[in-house]
Parts: sequence; C-alpha cells; structure tokens
Amino acid sequence: MSELFVAKVEDMADRERRIVVEGGLEIGVFRLGDEFFAWESNCPHAGGPVCQGRIMNRVNEVLDDEKRAHGYEFVEADVHIICPWHGYEFNIRTGIHPGQPETRLRGFPVTVREGAVYVAV
Amino acid sequence: MATDDGFERTYPEIDDWTDSRELLANARKQAEERQLDDVFIVDIDSHISDGGNWPEIMDYVEDPVIREAASAFGDGSKRGAFLNGTNGLQWQNVWGRIPHGQGLKEAVEESELSRETILARRCMDQMGLDYQVMFPNAMLFLGMHPVPEMEIHLATAYNRWLVERVLPEDPRIKAMMYLPFNNPVEAEETVKRFLGKPGVAGFLVTSSRHKPVHANEYMRLYGMLEETGQVLGFHTHLNWQDEYTSQLNRFISMHAISFVLCNLVHLTNWIINGLPERFPKLKVMWIESGIAWLPFIMQRLDHEYMMRTSEAPLLTKLPSEYMRDMFYTTQPMERTNETLLAASMDAMNAETQMLFASDWPHWDFDLPATIWDLPFLDEAAKRNILGYNAARIFDLEIPEKYRAMAAE
Ligand code: FES
Repeated sequence: MSELFVAKVEDMADRERRIVVEGGLEIGVFRLGDEFFAWESNCPHAGGPVCQGRIMNRVNEVLDDEKRAHGYEFVEADVHIICPWHGYEFNIRTGIHPGQPETRLRGFPVTVREGAVYVAV
Repeated sequence: MATDDGFERTYPEIDDWTDSRELLANARKQAEERQLDDVFIVDIDSHISDGGNWPEIMDYVEDPVIREAASAFGDGSKRGAFLNGTNGLQWQNVWGRIPHGQGLKEAVEESELSRETILARRCMDQMGLDYQVMFPNAMLFLGMHPVPEMEIHLATAYNRWLVERVLPEDPRIKAMMYLPFNNPVEAEETVKRFLGKPGVAGFLVTSSRHKPVHANEYMRLYGMLEETGQVLGFHTHLNWQDEYTSQLNRFISMHAISFVLCNLVHLTNWIINGLPERFPKLKVMWIESGIAWLPFIMQRLDHEYMMRTSEAPLLTKLPSEYMRDMFYTTQPMERTNETLLAASMDAMNAETQMLFASDWPHWDFDLPATIWDLPFLDEAAKRNILGYNAARIFDLEIPEKYRAMAAE
C-alpha cells in the first residue's frame, strides 16, 4: 500500500475533483464540503473515464399529494459523478449507481493530514 | 503517456470540446490489455460529423440554383442549409451529461485533410480499428424531408463530397452511399454513378421514411444491387412525429422504440413480401437497431406465418430462416441480461451474420471490447463479428499482418 499526494486542502474547492495517476491506475478524488472521496476512474459499464465526467446533483421527479407529476428538481444532498462515455451516474459519497446498487465504483481510502489530501492505493 | 501522434493526456473534465484522443484513451488501454491490435476490426457505422463541413458539402450540389440558394441559410454560412433535422438529435447528450453525444467540437490541426478524416483517425487509432465506415448525422433525417427532390440534391452532393474529398484521404475510411430512396429512379442512378468508386462499400437507405420497401418501383434497384454484389443497408433513425412515438415524453422512451420501429416495419415487409426469394443473393443489412428486437420479430412472424401462410405465398421457409440469411450490426448491444443476449445472438447465427459497429461518437456507442469481452462467444466468433464477417460481406482487403498471423 502506498500513499499518493492529491492536493493541498485549500487548493480544492467544494465539488472539485482531481485525477491522480499511478502507473495504469487512474483515481478521481472529489471534495464535497469538508469530506473527500476517491474512486477508480474506470466505469463498471464499459471502462469509460468516469471520474472525468460532469458533476451534477441527482434528478428527482416532483409529485404532489395526488401523485400528479410536476416536473423535475435537483436533490442537493445527492451529488453525482457522470461517466462521459454513456452517462452512468454514481453517487460521489457511496460510489453507487442510483438505479442499481450492485453497479458501483471501486473506492480508495482518503486521508487528510496537515492540510493535504492523500489517497492510499 | 503520449499517443503515436504525440498527443499527451491532461485528464481534464470532459466537455464538448475535449480531444477525442483524451476521451477515448481508455479504449486504447482496452485494446492493449486485450491485444486487440492483433485482431482485424471493422467498424460498420460511425457518425463523425458536426455539421461544420456542411457548407463545403453544399458546394457539391449540382443544381446551380439550389447551390446558390444554400447561401441563404445559416446567416450566409450555408450551415444546416435545407436540412430537416428534428430536435431529437439535440437531446442525445442527456442535457449535457454525455458531451460527445452532440457531435465532436474539438479542435483539429491546420491540415489539407478534411476534419472528418482527422477525427476518424483519432477514433480508429484509439479503438484499434482497421476500417471505419462513415455516415454523417445530417443525412439521417432526409427520408422525411417535406420536399422529396431535396433528398436527391443533398444525397448527390454528399455522396460526391465523400467520394471526391474524404475517401481518397485515407484507405481505412469507407462509406456506404446514400440512396435517395423516396425517388426510386434516382436511387438507381446513384448506384450506377458511384458503384466501384474507391472506398465505396455499399449503399444505404435511412429507415425513417414512409415508403414500403416491397413497392414494385424498387425491384430494379434491388436487382442491380444483387447483380453487382453490393450490400443494401437499412440504417435506423428516430422519428418523434409518428402518431405513436409522439406520445412518448422522454428521449429514452422515444429512442428505445423509434430506433427499432422503422426497421421492424421494413424487415417485416421485406420478408412477408418474399423479397429474399426474389433476390436470394442480395446482401441485406440492418444497422443500429441493436439485437434485442430480433428474437421478438422472429418469433412473432414464425408463429403467425404458420397460421396465415397464404398471406405470404412467396415464402418457402420460416421468416426466421430468412432473417438468419441477413446481416445485423451489433450496436447498441443491449447487455443487461446476458442470458437473453446470448440466446439472441445464437438465434441469429451471430458468428456469421453479425458485424461490429461503434456508432461513435453517439451517446450509446460501443467499443471493440464490447464484443471481445462476451463470455459466451468463442474467439473465432468474436473475430468474425469484429472484422472477418465485414471483410467477407463487403469484400474488404485484410491487411497483410493478419494474413501472416493466420498462416503461422
Ligand atoms: S463506460 Fe461509463 S457509462 Fe459506459
């Protein structure tokens, strides 16, 4: 197990991501608030560079009390990384696809030490 | 790591303008991990085109009045001139989530080469392709053009542009010529004019149109294609305006049905009217409807044919048996249920009848690894689907390096 330097905490804004590369391994490290998450940038669908995709919140469909539909809303709590190859979405906190929990990203432990972010591989 | 042409990855967030060598870097990785550079691979269907060359294509319009009139479009730029494209294509990128789904907007180097050739090479090199058959997006809607003659003007200009400008630039790029199918006599003229031109790999009908394929006016066309050994492709496309599809309020719903519906209709007419009996040697190919529709229509037609044989008197065997004589591209390969996929490929004799297609850069593109990683096919079947079936059907030259490998 080795540890890779990702960035200084102060250099990563909320919802920012960095890609770190070690040999053939590419890892996306994401900041959400004060938390950091690291996932392999290798999509379980077809091997796309998932961590280089757009970051967007989960979309929900709004229903009223009578179950009538009234358009969409973004869910602030659920931040997704979206694979740019074909659009699979993954919750950045859990690495899980919102429509099928078995479809998930491979994660790596992240530590924050003395103002810097590291990922263990 | 740099690619052969010196491109270095920078791992940016991928957007509409990202270089496709960056975007497809993992395709190169997959090719190397699986040694796919030792596998002969042909991509039957790609759509590298962002409309940027449409003004250039307009210069190939032969009618002088129409050619001049093109300048009245696109604020004088000729962009989009005369095209009847619907908004459906603009929804491909899932509202920004799949950037390349809207067409490649990346920069290319200053060059004598057309932008299409440069972009096709980037894709071919990353995916490890030996040949790529190119088909521009703009043409996919033409079968529904409200001005039937416009299909002739635009098809001829486009076919000429491909044959005179793009295909001579790289022998790895091939094209199927667009048939102005709503005008049968002009479709015959298209065959006569472009048959045998370097890089021409057959002729293609865009399937979104309301023209029954069994109409008598097409028999001479089919006869010509059969006699000359050319492939006749039916390339599916969307139609969000049909009475049924217009009820679908999401692109996912319309795409799932519309991209199959037109080919379901044409294939059913093709078989029930006995066209395979009339043109037994004609090579017919169904493009971009995926695979899952095939077991459905196969069972449905067989079941009903046994009870209503008198309605299809030209047939001498089951509809599914004719289906197994035709050809199918694999993309978009539905693969969430491996058991059903394996059964579907088996039912259609995939080993000899199916051909890999990427559909790059559309949102649901496939990669060579999509086929290579299928656990239920043996290696010979994979090699056939990836390339050798195409070589046989389109009469493509297999590069020496593969012939040497086969001889070892
Ligand atoms: S590879 Fe990620 S969505 Fe297909």
